[in-house]
Amino acid sequence: MRPDPIGEARRQIEICNACRYCEGYCAVFPAITVQKSFADGDIVQLANLCHNCRGCYYACQYVPPHEFALNLPAALAEARLESWERFAWPGGLARLFQRSGGAVALALGLGVALLFAAIRAFGTGEGEGFYALLGHSAMVAIFLPAFLLPLLALGVGLRRYWREVGGAPLRLADLRAALKNAASLRNLGGGQGQGCNFEAGDRFSDRRRRLHQAALYGFLLCFAATASATVMLYIFGLEAPYGFLTPPKLLGVPGGLLLAAGSGGLLWLKRKTPKELGAPSAWSAENAFSALLFFVAVSGLALYALGGTVAEAALLALHLGGVAALFLLTPYSKMAHGFYRLAALARDAQRVRAGAGDRPG
Amino acid sequence: MGGLRDLAREDWDILVVGGGNAALCAALTAAEAGARVLILEAAPKVYRGGNSRHTRNFRCMHSGPLSVLTDRYGEDEYYDDLIRVTGGETDPNLARMTIRASEECLPWMEARGVRFQPSLSGTLSLSRTNAFFLGGGKALVNAYYNSAEDLGVGVAYEAEVTHVALSGDAFSHLSVRQGDEAAEIGAKAVVLASGGFQSDIDWLARAWGPAARNFLIRGTPYNRGVVLRDMLDQGARSVGDPTQCHAVAIDGRAPKFDGGIVTRLDCVPFSIVVNAEGDRFYDEGEDVWPKRYAIWGRLVAGQPGQVAYSIIDAKAMDLFMPSVFPPERAETVEALGAKLGLAGAKLAATVAAFNAACRDGPFAPTELDGRGTEGLSPPKTNWARPINTPPYYGYQLRPGVTFTYLGLQVSDAARVQGAAGPLRNVWAAGEIMAGSILGKGYLAGFGMTIGTVFGRIAGREAARHAA
Repeated sequence: MRPDPIGEARRQIEICNACRYCEGYCAVFPAITVQKSFADGDIVQLANLCHNCRGCYYACQYVPPHEFALNLPAALAEARLESWERFAWPGGLARLFQRSGGAVALALGLGVALLFAAIRAFGTGEGEGFYALLGHSAMVAIFLPAFLLPLLALGVGLRRYWREVGGAPLRLADLRAALKNAASLRNLGGGQGQGCNFEAGDRFSDRRRRLHQAALYGFLLCFAATASATVMLYIFGLEAPYGFLTPPKLLGVPGGLLLAAGSGGLLWLKRKTPKELGAPSAWSAENAFSALLFFVAVSGLALYALGGTVAEAALLALHLGGVAALFLLTPYSKMAHGFYRLAALARDAQRVRAGAGDRPG
Repeated sequence: MGGLRDLAREDWDILVVGGGNAALCAALTAAEAGARVLILEAAPKVYRGGNSRHTRNFRCMHSGPLSVLTDRYGEDEYYDDLIRVTGGETDPNLARMTIRASEECLPWMEARGVRFQPSLSGTLSLSRTNAFFLGGGKALVNAYYNSAEDLGVGVAYEAEVTHVALSGDAFSHLSVRQGDEAAEIGAKAVVLASGGFQSDIDWLARAWGPAARNFLIRGTPYNRGVVLRDMLDQGARSVGDPTQCHAVAIDGRAPKFDGGIVTRLDCVPFSIVVNAEGDRFYDEGEDVWPKRYAIWGRLVAGQPGQVAYSIIDAKAMDLFMPSVFPPERAETVEALGAKLGLAGAKLAATVAAFNAACRDGPFAPTELDGRGTEGLSPPKTNWARPINTPPYYGYQLRPGVTFTYLGLQVSDAARVQGAAGPLRNVWAAGEIMAGSILGKGYLAGFGMTIGTVFGRIAGREAARHAA
């Protein structure tokens, strides 16, 4: 890695701006060509807009050993990583969990240990199902802060991001554009839907986009399952366990399967891609993050399959420990990328709206 | 792929010399016809594709909207455009055949993985005539190599062909070197698509004169003309002026080879250009830049040391595409001159004389605005605004060679002509024969058209011969 990620990204982007052959691949290049000089905030915005599809690397006539030594996907990945670490609050945590797979594993271990301890301490034997193992109020005491604290930290980070990239007040249209973009992951489509260049060199493949969306939608379904269970409990007074034909299961089981397939598939795909086209220093933490998602999905499915058996208590601790680690790490791990990416897409929607029909010749 | 000697033992129908667009079009066409094809590319894999790597579009005739191309671009209009740049130095039959064939090339290219995109920002003037490659020429080259691999075409990288062995009117084998290994590889037919000679600086200097040693080469360092020289030495008939190359004025700080598109400078019409002595030498505002950039290579080549300097002020800075190298910058013209290595006082005097000759009037950067100088020699006939708003900026200019004109003469079936008539099993495509059609000047995207049309013809004819 070069010592100054933003400076190195700027050097490369200025070369790209004099070439522009890659204009059709993704949103990054049209955003480059409307400018002549790039402030740090511009570089950070471009870095977070980049989805690391790598199309520009394989199309580039200036990759090493050429003396211009372009590797834009890597340069932007490093700048992106550096920006997440700077925006995170508290910052040191991001430096740890964005770069160290071991730290992510340790967090998982701590989460699981915490849950085992909680079950031992607060398992009342009263109530049904999980609540017999871990009382309802204990569950709330652990997961309410594990949900709210990361949201607060993310909010601080996103505010810092928005200020640095010079974002205008957010309009609903910007958010809608960003969500639409993320829903299809258009920027991993190579510009014409042919996919990206992740695991098959200069051939295009849509596998990464599909696996990512499986993981994303799986996660959202699982989240919706939990939310629906909360509603059933608090609004309708219906206590767990829920039968298969109830929202928590109808959402959660397919969600778990999708999340397991997506995160496991991404882990497998990542073994076949050249490390040096991303941020090599984030490699182990990225893998650990995918593995954590996989762990949460599989342990959740196992908990459902083996509920009521002797394994239930252990599985509950494993699953909830994983969930706690995942939530608490959100602002500091690879999980944060989704939020910054949405912000970058919303900011880009503002640029497009402001500059419509206003491109220099 | 095994070593060179393993390749030599295999039973090839067709050998393709070169690894750029024309070579790939020939290889794909022949392989699709069932031939066993081996591509011999002199460059390592990362630099494969010759000058095609630096291209960005394909000039295409079309009778109605076609893929990303708008409106229509008919044969006669296309031909007129060619006549305008070549001044008539073309073979009318080959030229018209190439133009007509271009229309069916575009869907053929798409079917083999090439993707097109709408005209790039800053190139809207070409949206009707030229189809741009998504990702540029290297993306096209990658798509073709992948299609070739799927067809079972063999590819040897860093494989330099040193000799084409002919006996009578027939090719028998190639002498090939790859690192320390050398081998003779035989086949039923050969397609020569190894480009021009512009990267052999000694040859360039012999042809053009010693000044050529100061030229920069915009494209691949692997086009050294070894096969072209070998064929000419064996009596193959040539076309094109052997002393000439196509050169444009580019940023003088560009690398010696392979600087490509990013080294171009579009500021000349909004500047004054002086030589190393600080004197102007040509009308910078003669015409819009796309029509004039090609003559500036030759103009700069004629100046002492083959170098010139384009001087602008703050007013002009946003009128052209950004360059890859930042300009020198200073608060006074004298200081700028010193930074550029010129006599500052002399440059200041040249600028002052120019400023005094400027008249008031409307300034319109995208059209001929007629705002010329008065009583200045040489005049600047458009866009002449005083250079008086600091900071001042300066770019060094040098000639950048794009390609050479000397090539092999071919028939309309791409067959190479020997001393005693057509060779029986030797075809040529791309820059190595482009001089037949493009004898002078250049037309954007036409090199790729010649390469694609003749590559396909050569592949088809060679496969027919080998069948």
